[in-house]
Amino acid sequence: MLLEYAAAPESRAIVDIAPSYGLFIGGQWRPAAAGAAFKTVNPASEEVLSEVAQGGPADVDAAVAAARAALPAWSGLPGAERAKYLFRLARLLQEHARELAVLESLDNGKPIRESRDVDLPLAAAHFFYYAGWADKLAYAGFGPSPRPVGVAGQIIPWNFPLLMLAWKIAPALACGNTVVLKPAETTPLTALRFAEICQEAGLPAGVVNIVTGDGSTGAALVAHAGVDKVAFTGSTQVGREIARQLAGTGRRLTLELGGKGANIVFEDAALDQAVEGVVNGIFFNQGHVCCAGSRLLVQESVADELLAALRERMATLRVGDPLDKNTDIGAINSAAQLARIEELAGAGEAEGAQRWAPECELPGRGYWFAPTVFTNVSGSHRIAREEIFGPVLSVLTFRTPQEAVVKANNTPYGLSAGIWTEKGSRMLWMAQRLRAGVIWSNTFNKFDPTSPFGGYQESGFGREGGRHGLEPYLDV
Amino acid sequence: MPGPAGSAASPPAPADPAAPGDLGDLGDLADVASSNATLRRFLHGLPGVDAVGLEARAQVLGSRSVKTTSKRLAIDLAISMVDLTSLEGADTPGRVRSLCGKALVPDPGVRDVPRVAAVCVYPDLVGVAVEALAGSEVAVASVATAFPSGRGPLEAKLADTRLAVAAGAAEIDMVIDRGAFLAGDYRRVFEEIVAVREACGGAHLKVILENGELVTYDNVRRASWLAMLAGADFVKTSTGKVAVNATPANTLVMLQAVRDFFRLSGRRVGVKAAGGIRTAKDAIRYLVLVNETLGEEWLTPRRFRLGASSLLNDLLMQRHKLATGAYGGPDYVTVD
Repeated sequence: MLLEYAAAPESRAIVDIAPSYGLFIGGQWRPAAAGAAFKTVNPASEEVLSEVAQGGPADVDAAVAAARAALPAWSGLPGAERAKYLFRLARLLQEHARELAVLESLDNGKPIRESRDVDLPLAAAHFFYYAGWADKLAYAGFGPSPRPVGVAGQIIPWNFPLLMLAWKIAPALACGNTVVLKPAETTPLTALRFAEICQEAGLPAGVVNIVTGDGSTGAALVAHAGVDKVAFTGSTQVGREIARQLAGTGRRLTLELGGKGANIVFEDAALDQAVEGVVNGIFFNQGHVCCAGSRLLVQESVADELLAALRERMATLRVGDPLDKNTDIGAINSAAQLARIEELAGAGEAEGAQRWAPECELPGRGYWFAPTVFTNVSGSHRIAREEIFGPVLSVLTFRTPQEAVVKANNTPYGLSAGIWTEKGSRMLWMAQRLRAGVIWSNTFNKFDPTSPFGGYQESGFGREGGRHGLEPYLDV
Repeated sequence: MPGPAGSAASPPAPADPAAPGDLGDLGDLADVASSNATLRRFLHGLPGVDAVGLEARAQVLGSRSVKTTSKRLAIDLAISMVDLTSLEGADTPGRVRSLCGKALVPDPGVRDVPRVAAVCVYPDLVGVAVEALAGSEVAVASVATAFPSGRGPLEAKLADTRLAVAAGAAEIDMVIDRGAFLAGDYRRVFEEIVAVREACGGAHLKVILENGELVTYDNVRRASWLAMLAGADFVKTSTGKVAVNATPANTLVMLQAVRDFFRLSGRRVGVKAAGGIRTAKDAIRYLVLVNETLGEEWLTPRRFRLGASSLLNDLLMQRHKLATGAYGGPDYVTVD
């Protein structure tokens, strides 16, 4: 190679991972009542990072009680006072950004470039944004003096651990609620570090409680009668169970679930940027993105040209050490997720789609999957219908804008879509007809705290972000 | 990966202009320039450029890490691609001789520094440069065609070119008629490039688009194609004489156009980024753009150049720092 990039690993020395962590309840650290614990590993090396308490029903009960006890004082604070705490949390996230980015990449497997440039800045931005709302709730359009819902039980996924925490906690606290948050089993470390940051910020005890654990811990939280509102981000399957459980209880629920986003490229698109957008749409965060553009719908007249360019571009993607600044694609988050991706990719081949991946050397240890594209995919294939949640793109073609709309909407999901065209009128025409909560045009996977995010149909309901994101946390 | 570059980068091969008249196999495009209407239809049919996406991509590529050994190699590669340039009204024979001295011996204390690709001067000083560089492998390049504005009669532009070639310039950096381009008279721009190419004879032709005056990336892509269709050996970003010169983003558009043109015609056109590239860090950023857009085949002075004056000394200072661990500073490189 004439121009070889130098390995530029971000130093691990900046993070200080304890050998074990307890639960953060009522401002105190404590072991799980039943004494159970589980291990969290670095998916890039399978190295055990730490041992984390496995919260059970008794722990959830204690956490909900702590949140309930903290509620009157917290919701009674003037909005401007709550804002001070949120601003402080935002600033502390920024101050600890480097450390948190490394910790996130270690626990999750995502490339440091993404945790550093996307997750952390956005997480801090969310706290800043909702801090601004805390003393302006009367002007948010939900009545002159909207009240908080109460205790929020929040369950977040492993794909953007800290960012999802921010999406959940920032609006809840701004509106005067207290929270019990359960991070994902495979990625608890940044949430636990966030608990320490809450202590550093002097946040009153019990306002934020972090209970780690697996699905059973989440189920206990959902089932707890003391939780006034449940917010869940994760799989559609679990979301459905939660909805069933809460039906008729009067307790509130918002769900942000799976997706099978269509990235629609018209013949008049800016092709080089469309290729970048397609790559970013599906390979960003190893495809572990609920709003990933996992179905590429390309107009037949430019399909060959676009796919040739896409393959060429995919061949330059750098898969490897998540802590290396040059890495484009990191590790798959867990063995279980890798198995699911492999199973679905196998099904794609078995059903007759054509599989292609660039030659790339994958590390020997850890969980890895090469960026993959399937062509000759038809609408009935599993890889065109089911969420893969990995770096696997399914390519379909269309002939007319009408057909693009029909194919894009032909999914039980409805979270995101992308439209690539240089023609403004067509972009707007499409956006009006696509059933998706988020529609990007000439870009993809762009997030901003001021913009509401959420889905249609099996992608869930309720919005996070923006003024809309206040509503689920206000008693309106 | 090659060993550390203490052994000096292999000497770059001389420029390889395509045989005159060899424009590659344009296939269906052979008569695309038969009229202004067909040319216009073709250029306006090229895919558009989304500015936000383009700039984001250029920025991401700017964050690739090139350090230690890879930096040493990249610096030597960059030095070998430099067109050492002086294009001032105040240029004198003495100044040009001094510049040529720098080109021949970039760093007096260090013998393994690769030589630069060329020295670039105004046409009337070509003779001085040719004499000063006689016997070396450093080429003499000359700007021509009423540089930098290009606002002169065609006859004068052609005479300008012929005189520079007659004086010994091996490479001609022409400017396109931006006025005609912006007025939509693509055929006129095309014909002018063809005529200059003829006037070049065996000399290598670099076509300056002056991106800063074309303003939009769509225009930069169209102008790149126009120049390549007309037979340019190189497309070059800018004269260095306007407010906006080479930027990573506008250079990336040109690299993409070169890549697409190569796919279509099989002809490899070079790219020269010029103006505003002052530091080794900037230069390496451009090498990364080339590497990830066109690949290794273009990482040679035959296909990529950096037009600059002060860049060379920064490359030498960084080279010195890598070799000794200490940053000598500007007093330890020669100012010519």
